[in-house]
Amino acid sequence: MSPWIIDHLWLIPGVPFVASLVILSLPNGRHKSAASLAIAGQIAALVMSFFAFLPTLQQPGFRAVQNFRWFTFGDHALRMGWLLDPLAAVMLMMIALVGLCIFIFSTGYMAGDKNFVRFFAYLSFFSGAMLGLVISNSLLLLFICWELVGLASYLLIGFWIERPSAAAAAKKAFVTTRIGDMGFFLGLLWLYGRSGTLLFYDSGNGCLESAGLAVLGASVTFIALLIFCGAVGKSGQFPLQVWLPDAMEGPTPVSALIHAATMVAAGVFLVARVYPLFSLGAISGVTSSLTVVVWVGVTTALMAALIAIAQADIKRILAYSTVSQLGLMMVSLGVGGVAAGMMHLLAHGFFKALLFLGAGSVIHGCHGEQDIRKMGGLRRLMPVTFSTYAIGMMALSGVPLFFSGGWTKEEILHVTAHWPASRLPYYFLLAGVVLTALYMTRQMIYVFFGHRRAASEHAHESPRVMTMPLIALAICAILFGVVLTPAWPWLYDYLTGSPAHVEFARLIQPTLFLSLALVGAGVALGIWMYRRAGMQDRQRPADTDPLEFAQPQLFRFLENKMWIDELYARTIIAFSWTSARLSDWMDRNFWDRLVRGFGTIGQVFGMFTASVDERGINAGVDETTVGTRGLGRLISAAHSGQIQTYLGVIAIGVLALLLFYAWLA
Amino acid sequence: MVGLISALIVIPLVGALTLFIAPVKNARPIALLFNVLAACDALLLWQHFDIGAASVQLVERHAWIPAIGAEYLVGIDGLSLLLVLLTSLIIPFALLAQRMDRGFCALMLIMESALYGTFTAQNFVLWFLFYEMSLIPAFLLIKIWGGENRDRAATKFFLYTFLGSVAMLLGFLGIYLARGSFDFATLASLGKNGLLAGKLAWLAFAGIFLGLAVKVPLFPFHTWLPDAYESAPTGVSMVLTGVLSKMGVYGFVRLLLPLFPNEIRIIGPWLLALAICSIVFAPLAAWAQSDLKRMVAYLSVNHLGYCMLGLFAIGASSLGASIDTHAALSGVFMQIFNHGITAAALFYLVGLLEQRRGSRGIGDYGGLMQRTPLLCGWMSVAMFSSLGLPGLNGFIGEFLIFKGSFAIAASFTAIAVIGLLVTAIVFVRAMQALFSGPLAESCGAFPDLLPREKFAIIPVTLLMFAIGLAPQFMFNIFNATVNHMARLLA
Amino acid sequence: MSPTLQLFLVISAALFSIGLLAALSRRHAIFILIGIEMMLASANLNFIAFWRFSPQSQPPTGVMIAIFSIAIAAAEAAVGLALVIAVYRHYRTTNVDRLDQLKG
Repeated sequence: MSPWIIDHLWLIPGVPFVASLVILSLPNGRHKSAASLAIAGQIAALVMSFFAFLPTLQQPGFRAVQNFRWFTFGDHALRMGWLLDPLAAVMLMMIALVGLCIFIFSTGYMAGDKNFVRFFAYLSFFSGAMLGLVISNSLLLLFICWELVGLASYLLIGFWIERPSAAAAAKKAFVTTRIGDMGFFLGLLWLYGRSGTLLFYDSGNGCLESAGLAVLGASVTFIALLIFCGAVGKSGQFPLQVWLPDAMEGPTPVSALIHAATMVAAGVFLVARVYPLFSLGAISGVTSSLTVVVWVGVTTALMAALIAIAQADIKRILAYSTVSQLGLMMVSLGVGGVAAGMMHLLAHGFFKALLFLGAGSVIHGCHGEQDIRKMGGLRRLMPVTFSTYAIGMMALSGVPLFFSGGWTKEEILHVTAHWPASRLPYYFLLAGVVLTALYMTRQMIYVFFGHRRAASEHAHESPRVMTMPLIALAICAILFGVVLTPAWPWLYDYLTGSPAHVEFARLIQPTLFLSLALVGAGVALGIWMYRRAGMQDRQRPADTDPLEFAQPQLFRFLENKMWIDELYARTIIAFSWTSARLSDWMDRNFWDRLVRGFGTIGQVFGMFTASVDERGINAGVDETTVGTRGLGRLISAAHSGQIQTYLGVIAIGVLALLLFYAWLA
Repeated sequence: MVGLISALIVIPLVGALTLFIAPVKNARPIALLFNVLAACDALLLWQHFDIGAASVQLVERHAWIPAIGAEYLVGIDGLSLLLVLLTSLIIPFALLAQRMDRGFCALMLIMESALYGTFTAQNFVLWFLFYEMSLIPAFLLIKIWGGENRDRAATKFFLYTFLGSVAMLLGFLGIYLARGSFDFATLASLGKNGLLAGKLAWLAFAGIFLGLAVKVPLFPFHTWLPDAYESAPTGVSMVLTGVLSKMGVYGFVRLLLPLFPNEIRIIGPWLLALAICSIVFAPLAAWAQSDLKRMVAYLSVNHLGYCMLGLFAIGASSLGASIDTHAALSGVFMQIFNHGITAAALFYLVGLLEQRRGSRGIGDYGGLMQRTPLLCGWMSVAMFSSLGLPGLNGFIGEFLIFKGSFAIAASFTAIAVIGLLVTAIVFVRAMQALFSGPLAESCGAFPDLLPREKFAIIPVTLLMFAIGLAPQFMFNIFNATVNHMARLLA
Repeated sequence: MSPTLQLFLVISAALFSIGLLAALSRRHAIFILIGIEMMLASANLNFIAFWRFSPQSQPPTGVMIAIFSIAIAAAEAAVGLALVIAVYRHYRTTNVDRLDQLKG
């Protein structure tokens, strides 16, 4: 239908990039033009994404590739390319749509900020890089965009530059993700060295096509795991999850766009994109690299859900929730459910953006307060925010039937249950479902129910420009579920490349009841535990969390994020810093001295030769000179100029001569 | 157009002479004028250069001292042209960094001439003459116009590099006595079958290696560098790191690799280990610095370590010319140019901060982003370029070096990645300390970038973007040379 | 007692010794000149004495040499005296101890 856009895919990331550049060159006060430029760029990207999406619907397993030569080094060309397939197309749609909502929301949220223009430039830049990431047909181009979204994330986390904590969080995010990226980089190099190309699809010669995979051999496991390092860093998986909660220092729209909906999901997307590398040589769907993915995902999902229970900052709870959900997606990919994981990614993108924007609206209403223990009773004051937040909460908890998150979570549980290697991840995920419902219920009760507390006294509903995106995202969160149901698994079929089919019998499944029961249990547990939260109780002071009252040590452990930050600070960071100091010290005191020591050897040798010169050769010459001069002086003394003396000497000489002859004779 | 190269060497000398003779008050415009002339000459050279041909081009050959095999033989191939262009770019950039008196400008011009000569000479005696000729102005520039500790730093710099040069000269005398030639091309063609035999080969190798390793500098011969770069005035630091350090790398490519392929192959792992030490320990040391200039200086060691990694990997490789040698060589050439402009830009920007604040301690600044957003913005670009962010120039070279060396020496390259990480930490830390947080009181009255400062920094930064996004025009300069050298070294 | 060669030689040696003594010990240039003349005279005496006591068949070579020598001595004395006067004019002395311009 629209082949034009397939040949010009680069325009989709290109337009936001250009918008970003133009905005950056605007003078500081031009708020209106900055916002309209950014939004116009985003709308253009959305429209183009839509037109790119259309052709992928026409036939199952559609794939369009457009490769180009970046540069030639020596005899060899380095090629990159753009790729349009169902995976890329749905990501494009999600990113552009969520991005647009968040751009609009930001015009309200950031209205008073003096660096408004810069903010929108960064946002557009991010949007361009992220859109470029999903349509890359080359691991290198993907890596480039990957680093650029990292840069955007760095700039936006540290956006409120005068706050030291924001700068520290930005630094932490950049460095932590870069640790993972270095693994990714090595994997990329390895793959390049082995297969000779970084193109995913290149009419049979790409590294993800059978001919390219065939040459990889045993190294594919290591390549896959190294690439997975990048995903671990970006998606905040254990053990590199530490940066994501701190990243909440950034403005809330940034948290919604980058650290919830899109960028952090890039890790999951990456694994899905290079899935053939992970699944190569699988024995009934299990490879060692996929097993690692599963266990990392399980650990992250459970750990983050536990930590989320004890957090007090509204955004941090959501951040840990994001980490946990990303873990869930990783598990799904690891057990073979690529489509399920991607579906959850897309659904999560909508409802988590909704939740973050809702949180932003709450924070905006409460004049910047982020501590949920100081809120309460907001449901009357902020009705729109409350109802949309509730929708997001139910979608996240996985309430079945009406909310997109429920269907995708169920799908993930389904594939995990059938993983041949072990049943354990399945049970852990079930526990995770309960925990998710629990911490979301806790948050809802603290923020929207009960009495009004300090921060919510003068709360107010946010302006239309902020509530409209909330409503739009809430509608998305619900309607998106339509294409996810097992009865009409349109998205599933679309992603796996099979023709769509309808099968109402699959609507009713045992896992449906199981997840309904688990979510119900989680919510009920939450209500029972926190029904009196924030109120004065007979035994418990008002500002103490019920869990803290019951299990103070456990609560402290979870509140302090299982001491992982402290552990890292004491071990890895301390070690690195010590080695830095050591390097400096070695340079100043050892290497310099060593080289100077060689210099000293030269110096000593020099002194030796100098003394030989001075005392031996030079002195000999000196003595000769002195001797010659002394002799000369002696002889010149005979030259008295006294003629008579000369004469006398001659006379004596003649006499002596005569006597000598006489003696001879 | 024979004569272009000689003109290139002579123009700055004429400029220096003019400055010495004419008692002018404002010497900088005159120096810049001669720089513009030289740059035009370099561009003409580029225009007349046939990028398809691998051979040395635009050769000028005159008899000089036939008795010792010395002749005036200059010419350029892709690598020489690249470095000539780099020199033409960095010297005026360095002159723009500071307003300095007559002697300073004249010495800079002499240094420029020596650099042009070094990069174009094709005969050892001539090359060595220029190589040493650059040392004297550098020494004087540090000694006379340097900052604190300048005497010590200048002496250290001079002694280190001079000692290295002496070792190199001895090595070359050995080669000459055995082979009777000082001609680069002749010697390179002999190299494959062993230039010298037995112990003499190792002695000559050690001498030349030492001379070049000090110049680059390669760990552990780098300790003169932080002192020298720290004490030198901004413009001199820029030239030292931007161009002078490239003389060492150039020597490795032009001399050591073609002349001693067998020796390098035998001790390849040890050389790679030295390169890795440069890559890992230097940024770690940079992390521990509190002086901005010292920090940037240490990172220079790190970035040149990547060049060494690529070159030693090629040398250690027992394979023929492949995509990996091509990648590593191209990467090294790119890195030479990229590091030249990026490190010079960083020193320039640190110099701007120093001019405004009067000190260079990282802790002396804070919250600059609120006061000088433009300065911070352009400085961030230079820093991100230096830490190898894709989209900027640094990434291209580093990617190709790592690509090439990973296939040849995977474990070494894997360790070298730590260097990339630590570099990132160092810069992010510096950015945090300088740009963010509350505005430091002492920085409250800073002016943002002035027009003339923009005039200096913006073209260079745009060049970084251009190379990072569409680097083909750079590769065109040296692709034929890369092919030729890869065949030669295989 | 008829005169013998021995007698002449002894007288000549005495004359020479006196001349030498005068040339070495006197401080006045003219007396030194006189001493030198005396040594010359003793040499002349020797020539004549050796001629007189040799076999008589020979031509009178000894006398010839003595006459020749006397003529040269006269010239020499003239030059010497002139030198002395020149020295005296220059240095206002004829004391040879003071004339040490030849010192090395």
